[in-house]
Amino acid sequence: MDLSLFHDLLQVLDATLRISAPLLLAALAGVFSERAGIFDIGLEGKLLVSAFAAAAVAAVTGSVWLGLGSGILASVALALVHGFACITHRGNQIVSGVAINFIASGITALLGQAWFSQGGRTPQLTGSARFEDITLPFAEAIAAVPVIGPIYADVLSGHKLLVYVAFLAAPLTWWVLYRTRFGMRLRAVGENPAAVDTAGISVAWMRYRAVICTGILCGLAGAYLSTAQNAGFIREMSAGKGYIALAAMIFAKWRPIPTMFACLLFGLLDALAIRYQGFEFPLIGTIPSQATAVLPYVLTVILLAGFIGRAVAPKAGGVPYVKER
Amino acid sequence: MLRKLMLAAVAGLVAAAAQAADFKPAVVYDLGGKFDKSFNEAAYTGAEKFREDTGIEYRDFEIQNDAQREQALRRFAQQGYSPILAIGFSQAAAVEKVAEEYPDTQFGIVDMVVEKPNVRSILFKEHEGSYLVGVMAAMASETGKVGFVGGMDIPLIRKFACGYVGGVKSVNPDAEVFENMTGDTGAAWNDPSKGAELARSQMDRGADVIYHAAGGTGIGVLNAVSDAGKLGIGVDSNQNALHPGHILTSMLKRVDQAVYAAFEDAQAGNYSTGFDVLGLAEGGVGYAMDDNNAELVTPEMQAAVDEAAQKIISGEVEVHDYMADSTCPY
Repeated sequence: MDLSLFHDLLQVLDATLRISAPLLLAALAGVFSERAGIFDIGLEGKLLVSAFAAAAVAAVTGSVWLGLGSGILASVALALVHGFACITHRGNQIVSGVAINFIASGITALLGQAWFSQGGRTPQLTGSARFEDITLPFAEAIAAVPVIGPIYADVLSGHKLLVYVAFLAAPLTWWVLYRTRFGMRLRAVGENPAAVDTAGISVAWMRYRAVICTGILCGLAGAYLSTAQNAGFIREMSAGKGYIALAAMIFAKWRPIPTMFACLLFGLLDALAIRYQGFEFPLIGTIPSQATAVLPYVLTVILLAGFIGRAVAPKAGGVPYVKER
Repeated sequence: MLRKLMLAAVAGLVAAAAQAADFKPAVVYDLGGKFDKSFNEAAYTGAEKFREDTGIEYRDFEIQNDAQREQALRRFAQQGYSPILAIGFSQAAAVEKVAEEYPDTQFGIVDMVVEKPNVRSILFKEHEGSYLVGVMAAMASETGKVGFVGGMDIPLIRKFACGYVGGVKSVNPDAEVFENMTGDTGAAWNDPSKGAELARSQMDRGADVIYHAAGGTGIGVLNAVSDAGKLGIGVDSNQNALHPGHILTSMLKRVDQAVYAAFEDAQAGNYSTGFDVLGLAEGGVGYAMDDNNAELVTPEMQAAVDEAAQKIISGEVEVHDYMADSTCPY
């Protein structure tokens, strides 16, 4: 009994890592943009576009790396559109973000249909057009060791490259934001752009670089969806992950490492919901899957309402910077 | 009142005249689009076959968003097309409205009931086809555990699930069937990541054959199953070729035949309205056999599934229809 429970736990944790990875990449993307003062509700759209570009190019060329590159390029291009509207033209960031989501939803289905004629899908990816599972060193040797062995071999090992990239991206983001000059300035343009401007640094250029970082991370997340977790693009396959990532970022109060834990929490909730859907728990009975599906949003609302500390957004977030008044 | 009646009569005459003059059938596909490798494509295949056989051209329309359903139907009706077939349960409201506006045009809808005097509601006995693939799943399973992944949690998909469970239990009463639904909104049809996770979770618990009725989500299911070296079962169209050697069979829903038959009936002038329920006996559902799965299906399996099909057709076995009473007795 204990053993099977342990086995279940391992499977759930394994699934948690797989589910959290794209959320984490997208949420970190949001951290870069929002810490620089650019609200980005268009994470979802960038995920979708990069998932499509990655799958389309991988399907045509047979190379997952070209696919990944194209996914990142497509996502950065969309991020720059957002930047052009919000930074250069000082447009409303929410409106621009929503527009980007609409564009992404439409253009992926349209191009997919025009190029592949499979109802907006790309062909199934096989072989070198997909990311392979990576077995960590010594996984087989250690597997026999009680407790630690299975955790290492079953949970940590055997994921796609991008999962490891996602979990390395969190400390890296922390290091960039808190330990480099670039990061200090990036945070400063999100808090007090006038001060940065006084120091002789271009606010617009700083913010553009931030949205490019956002584009790159969203590109990785999208490529993960279509070329690692799945084998091909399907219409609307991002299925709200961009919004959950946004919720995770706000839940973590715009900080990289807590963002990672928030994504792991939301991933765990999803993994548990998948594992125990329709399962009869003693005393409680079955938990409806809807209940777990709304939890990320409910938790975020509770946080925003001030029950779990205070979530303070970057001060200059959502405000276009005007040099002279 | 009188004027209205006269108008209606005139409209009727005009419509009848138009029908006699030239026969103009039309199809409106659902959001998946006509090359979705599944449901809509089956309708397209049927319409194409009709065109090839008779030389009669038809018009079709692929909607890009929900708002276009009504427009497309109305436009065809205005231009004198009849019969106009709407593919997919989500077109019901639009068909109901437009069928009322054009009482002399013949309409058809697949997978849903619209109770209007000029609408043919084409339904399939998916539970019978699902029962057959359930029989095959139970025989192919080595662990005695099989899975089902549904898309949106609606009675129609529960109907698939229930028939499948019935088939599995008819072979192995002790078999365990894991049933999962992807979600409660339309997004549940297009979430392959979640489909793959649901399939993995079922395989973790020992399932080695998994049947999906989940549209695009099911692509993720079949993919995960094939990655793990287990067996999947496709749905609606023949999906055996998606992962040759890893798809045991596909539950076929012959939308193509239904479309063909509707056009044929209308052309011959005996288009019937009301219910048109297609089961095994009518050839409306079945399972797919081709080169891709020939090696997976053993002669014993083939014999068992043929026998089950015979029994269903003869009425000896009655597969429970979930939608009749919203329960599943298996």
